[in-house]
Amino acid sequence: MDVGATRGRMAAYLRDHQDKVVSRWSELVAAGVRGRTSHDEVRRELTGIYTLITRVLADADEHAAGELRATLDELSRSRARDGFTPSETALAVFSLKEAVYELVADSAELVAEFLAFSRLVDDLGLRTFVAYSAAREQIIADQASAMMELSTPVVRLWDGIIAVPLVGTLDSARTQLVMEKLLEELVTAGASHAVIDITGVPTVDTEVAQHLLKTVSAARLLGAECTISGIRPQVAQTIVSLGIEFGDIATKATLADALALALRQAGLKVVPQ
Amino acid sequence: MERVPILKIGPTLFVSIQIDLQDDSVLALQEDLADQLVATGAHGVIIDITAVEIVDSFIGRMLTMIGSISRLFDAETVIVGMRPAVAITLTELGLSLKGVRTALNAEKGLEILNGKS
Amino acid sequence: MDELPIRSGDDVVRVRQHVRTAAAASGLSLVDQTKLVTAASELARNTLVYGGGGVARVEAVKSANGRGGIRLQFTDEGPGIPDVDLALTDGWTSGSGLGLGLSGARRLVDEFELISKPGTGTSVTVVKWSRLTSRCWRRRPGTCAGCG
Repeated sequence: MDVGATRGRMAAYLRDHQDKVVSRWSELVAAGVRGRTSHDEVRRELTGIYTLITRVLADADEHAAGELRATLDELSRSRARDGFTPSETALAVFSLKEAVYELVADSAELVAEFLAFSRLVDDLGLRTFVAYSAAREQIIADQASAMMELSTPVVRLWDGIIAVPLVGTLDSARTQLVMEKLLEELVTAGASHAVIDITGVPTVDTEVAQHLLKTVSAARLLGAECTISGIRPQVAQTIVSLGIEFGDIATKATLADALALALRQAGLKVVPQ
Repeated sequence: MERVPILKIGPTLFVSIQIDLQDDSVLALQEDLADQLVATGAHGVIIDITAVEIVDSFIGRMLTMIGSISRLFDAETVIVGMRPAVAITLTELGLSLKGVRTALNAEKGLEILNGKS
Repeated sequence: MDELPIRSGDDVVRVRQHVRTAAAASGLSLVDQTKLVTAASELARNTLVYGGGGVARVEAVKSANGRGGIRLQFTDEGPGIPDVDLALTDGWTSGSGLGLGLSGARRLVDEFELISKPGTGTSVTVVKWSRLTSRCWRRRPGTCAGCG
């Protein structure tokens, strides 16, 4: 069977019945969107996709397939942003089959053509699903990254002394961010002391300790001395039982103690007025 | 091959690395510094790497060696101006440049050199 | 894909500069660019010093989800590495030799592949992908080379 001729016949049929099919398709899709998009907008979107599908079937030009893919990807992305589920978007595409089937059901001659057409629409529907997942993953990654940035402030405690109060787990991604922000602030503030407060870090195991050591190592390359503060009693016990050594890095129970130490090291003293 | 110039100001030798250094140039710098330390009796060396974008393990080792050589001549070396991206990369490589002091800039580097007595 | 010869110290510098430009164009952050160029420097030096010279190939790549990245390949027809596992051991000392360069370079990149046979030469391929940062997030999509 000549696939080209089959598709060509389908393309011609779709072109001839465009208005009827697009109207029915819009009806089916509009029922699913439940008012989230206007009927006119739905019809416009679908007409665009319909024309592209027709062109692809007719093998009229080589750009049609690429354009169709791009249009569907964009549709998935915008639907994802608007809060539609991937099923809703995919079903919207699949319902084109229903719209066409209602018309060809009576004419036996287009059976072969319809099968090929059906397969094409299936692929397109699945494609929207894949594109949807990718879009959602991107959004989640964006939000995670923004959250991480927000929860890593670097503050200036005094001339030449900055502090990084860490809140949450310290994994390798977070450590990279902490190092970048800490070092940048060391340069901007011209600081020579950094206090890394880990009161808000729930668990300190060997991995977290290694991340802390790495951070201190990087700060030292910029000439800064570091103190780790906020070591809670249970954390202290864990550290000792795991055999973690902080070597020559000063550690203090509270941020206040660390500040006092840093001031002393900077040759400063706090006296009553 | 580019030779990095060494300036003497008082008891301190200043080296400012401005260009992307080839291995030969780094080795030559090591030799030149050793010569200058002997010739001038300088007490300190400041190596400014503010303009250096890449410090790999070879250059890192060279810097550590310069520190050791200087110490043999009773001089202290301070590496100043390391860029944050470079520091993070060196840390990832596991290089801590033991044996050399570090500072944010030449001014702070001089404070370190003058502080030691 | 660009091919650069590695026959001299100057060539190593050229490779660094080329990789820097390519990494920036693919949207890698400054720190990631620095890491990749440093890894390239290590590998190019190995190719020159231990491989007797060779070739570096630089290619911009795109991941399945549209993220930009750079692939580097360093090949030489030198003596090859007799003990690959040993050469890849994490060494934190200042020991000279193959060890530090390779294991260090591996930590700086996202993907690392080493193929070496004594007598046939060595080929190291590394890939580094651009990362999403919150700075990216605030920009409009399509304006950052790394996020496409």
